[in-house]
Amino acid sequence: MLGKLADLAQAGTIALPLPLSKPLDWEGLKAALPPALAEALEDPRIRVAINGALLPNKTKLQAGAGDEIALLPPVSGG
Amino acid sequence: MRDIRLLDQMFLPGMLIGPFTQANPGLGGVCTFVGEVRYDEGVEALELTHYEPLTLPGMHALADRAFERFTLMGLLMVHRVGQMRPGEPIVCVSAAALHRRDAIDAVDFCMDHLKSAAWFWKREKRGGEWHWIEPREQDHSDLARW
Repeated sequence: MLGKLADLAQAGTIALPLPLSKPLDWEGLKAALPPALAEALEDPRIRVAINGALLPNKTKLQAGAGDEIALLPPVSGG
Repeated sequence: MRDIRLLDQMFLPGMLIGPFTQANPGLGGVCTFVGEVRYDEGVEALELTHYEPLTLPGMHALADRAFERFTLMGLLMVHRVGQMRPGEPIVCVSAAALHRRDAIDAVDFCMDHLKSAAWFWKREKRGGEWHWIEPREQDHSDLARW
């Protein structure tokens, strides 16, 4: 979690236990996160990357064991 | 000469600009912008976080675009991450070219993109408490110039 999303999660990273039978999808991810964080992710400005690659459409997320999912709020600029 | 870096410690822009200029013999002009943490009322510190897999590659992609768009001999782009105090340098962009317009415009182009589209998240400490800084409308209109 980057920026203020890390505050909502009260952590910079969270390890999620995965269902072994299928990849983690968008709904599964939200269900596994703290409710305040899951709600914040609905903001269309929030982007998602898997293993450093930005997803064109975060709701099509498919993540497997060992993948790093980055939750990226709008940047505040350098 | 191309030098793109993220630094997590304070830097002295003058220590970078001299060698950068020397590394581009025959240049016709060099333009440098240095941004510092402003002494805004009540601000004790500024912290920039980045995301390793995106931030530095994003700066390299920006440098690629600057080289495509302008006729450059060299580009230096150095950005701080971590905690800074007012007065500390936060960014330094320097461009060397045969002609001034390319150098000046390349620095302006890189700065507008760094300020609005680069993968940095900023928060400032006021009265002992941290506050995230939201994107500004001005940043988007700056980007629209290009």
